Formats: sequence, C-alpha cells, structure tokens
Amino acid sequence: MNVDFKSQYLAGLETLMSQPIYQLPQMEKEALLFPVVESLHHLHRDRCEKYANITRQNHSNPRLLSELPYLAVRLFKQLELSSINKDDIFKVLSSSGTTSQTPAQVFLDKETSARQSKVLVKILQQHIGRQRLPMLIIDSPSVLKDKSKFNARGAGIQGMAFFGRDLTYALDENMQPNWPAIEQFHEKYANQPVLLFGFTFMVWLYFLEFIRNKGASLDFSQGTLLHSGGWKKLEDQKVDNQQFKLALYEATGIQSCFNFYGMAEQVGSIFVECSNGHLHTPVFADIIVRDPLSLASVEIGQLGLLQVISSLPSSYPGQSLLTEDLGTILGVDDCPCGQKGKYFSVHGRLPKTEVRGCSDTHQGAA
Amino acid sequence: MSQIEKLISVFSTSLGIPEAAVTDDLQYNSLPEWDSTAHMVLISELENQFDIMLDTDDIIDMSSVRVAKQILGKHNITFE
Repeated sequence: MNVDFKSQYLAGLETLMSQPIYQLPQMEKEALLFPVVESLHHLHRDRCEKYANITRQNHSNPRLLSELPYLAVRLFKQLELSSINKDDIFKVLSSSGTTSQTPAQVFLDKETSARQSKVLVKILQQHIGRQRLPMLIIDSPSVLKDKSKFNARGAGIQGMAFFGRDLTYALDENMQPNWPAIEQFHEKYANQPVLLFGFTFMVWLYFLEFIRNKGASLDFSQGTLLHSGGWKKLEDQKVDNQQFKLALYEATGIQSCFNFYGMAEQVGSIFVECSNGHLHTPVFADIIVRDPLSLASVEIGQLGLLQVISSLPSSYPGQSLLTEDLGTILGVDDCPCGQKGKYFSVHGRLPKTEVRGCSDTHQGAA
Repeated sequence: MSQIEKLISVFSTSLGIPEAAVTDDLQYNSLPEWDSTAHMVLISELENQFDIMLDTDDIIDMSSVRVAKQILGKHNITFE
C-alpha cells in the first residue's frame, strides 16, 4: 500500500483550517471533516501497532464519522499509544495524575503540539477577539514550575497564556488566594477589558467564595472569564452554571463568561459555550452521543456517552474517543445564537467509572 | 543601537542564549531555551523594546527569527 495518508491528512486539514469556525452547516462540515478523520485513522493504523490491533475489526467501508473506529479514552491510561518514533517525542502530556489513579499519557510531536496551539487560538479568537488582554489566572504559578511533570492543568494555562499580557496568578504556592496580587491587578485594570482564566471549581472555591466570604467585591465589569474542567465537584455543592454566573457577577461584575469542554487527550479542539449556555462543535471537531450499553449512536435529545472527534492528533491515535462523560446533543444547525453545527450539553460522568476530577485540579478541595 | 542589534539582543536576553545563536534560521522549539514559556517572555520583550502590541495570530505565527522580522515589519519596523 503506497497511499500517503499523511499528505492526504494534511491536505484535508488545510481545507478545514480555511473554513469559518462555527458557520458551516453540519452536512457540509462532515463532508470536510470525515476524510480528515478517516486519513488519521489510516495513518495511525500504519504507525501505531496497538491501534491497528484494536481497530482491526472495524466497519468495512465507513461513510460516516460514527462508523469510524474509536478508542475508549481510558486506554490512554493503560497503554502507551503513540504513532511517532521516540526521537520525535516533543512532550508527553499527562492528565489526571491524581493519587492512586494512573495518569493518561499523550504523546506529542512538535507538529501536533503546534497544531493544537493554533486551533485553540483560532477557536478562542471567535469568543474573545485577537487582541491580548491583561490576564488573571485563577491558579498557582507552581503548576508550571516543574517541567518534568507537564500536566494537563499546566498545559491548559500555558495554552491560554497566549491570550494574556501581564500574567498575574491569583493563588499562591500553597493554593491560597493571593489577595495582594489580586488587589494589585484590580487597581491597575479595574473597569478595563481583562481576561480571567481558571478551572471551574477552583474559580468557585478559591476565588468567588473567597471574595464573598471576605465581603469584598471587584470591578471587572469589562472582563471575560474562560473556565473549564467539569462541574462534578460543584454538583456536590449544588452549584450549576446559572448560579456560577450569578456569583461571578456579584463578586466581580463579569457578565461575559464562557465555559468550555475539552480534554487532555484532545488538546486544542475545545467546545465553547455560547450565550445560550450550549456547547458548540467547531469545524475541527465533532460530538457523537452513544447509548452506554449498546454503544449505538442515539438521537438528538437522548442522554448517552459523549464521543469526541478531533482533526488534530497525528502523533497519537486520539482522533476519535469515547469518553466517560454523559451528555446530550441539543440540536443541529439551529441554536438561537446563530452558530451552525451540533450543540450539546454535558451531564457529568457515567456512574461507576473511575472517579476522575477536573483534569488534575487541586485535590485539597475534593 | 540599530533595529537588528536590538532584535538580536531581545532574542538573546529573552531566551538566555548567546547573540551569535540568533540567526534568521533559528526556530521556535528547536532548542530547549525557546519553549512556549520563553516564547511569551520573548513576545513581551519585543513589545516593550519596539513599543508595539502583538496579537494572538502574531504569537502563533512567530516560528523563527526570520518570521519575527516579517511580523515586526507589519508594524513598520524594518531590518534593511
């Protein structure tokens, strides 16, 4: 077989990259996305023996994204899944390295890593523009210090740092709010466009709750908060997205707040919520919902396991992954916000799966 | 200091590499010193020294010293 899947992949990806991020109707988008994901499947079958073995009995002649093989996301914890030579490994991203749990390992070469950054920027530019803003990171600077432990949390912050200037960390080395640093940032940038970023439950616990308990309030009324990492820990405290937004507004005056869904196994192709609170699929990625028992793909409105599809990973076979998260496709091409394609919501984790928090966010709060 | 001297000095101090190593062909991530963290230091030094504002596209695109010159060129900074 002499087909050069890599060239096929790169050509398809280039076409995809030239498209508007959220404006293609689902049918048109799938027509462009399918060949890219299919060429990734062939590429990984050629280059990753374990992937080839796992997917040997796949659909004979797939025509739809849902017919292409997918891996259970937990396989990245159990196997070293890589499609590159050892010499080409640029970074190994590890996620959920929490006590007693095995972290997932994601093998990146320079190419895939650069592609991830580029796509992350392209997607987020749709929401926060191209300019870089003073940035307050609701995390501790210590998360980036140990480069040998390049974890998902650090990777998330690093990816987001592209959008900031005058980066300020709101938490100290011991994960306690660094009030002098927050106040200083506030004095400099109150009532100006600023960017805040953090993992959802850390923003809640170490920032919003802290400000509230202190009886303080900040004026970042022109600010934007981006946050991610799941609601699991906040559900236990009965905090939902609406309450979160209200508390954010009360503590900081921020009205522009975007939650996004993404995972260490597919860095870059994230799903960002719109003004209606729906998570949207960008042109680089897609979502399929499957019945947890039969694994058949289910209709709009039905709850099931989320399968995430990304056009980015050429260094590891992570282009199509069945997650352990439950969710629902809310609609296709018809969100009132005007963005096309599928939009969905996430409803937490499949019960009885390994307990896994928000990437590897701080365990002290668990 | 000429613009080119200034550029070489910014690269050298931000990345912590000798000035002689700063050639047009030097690429992002080609040495351990020019990683994504150093990249952000470099960006803010370029902004300070040349008094410009770079946007996220510029950061992503700035993959070598040569490209850095082109990007600064958009801000009317020329390196003959």
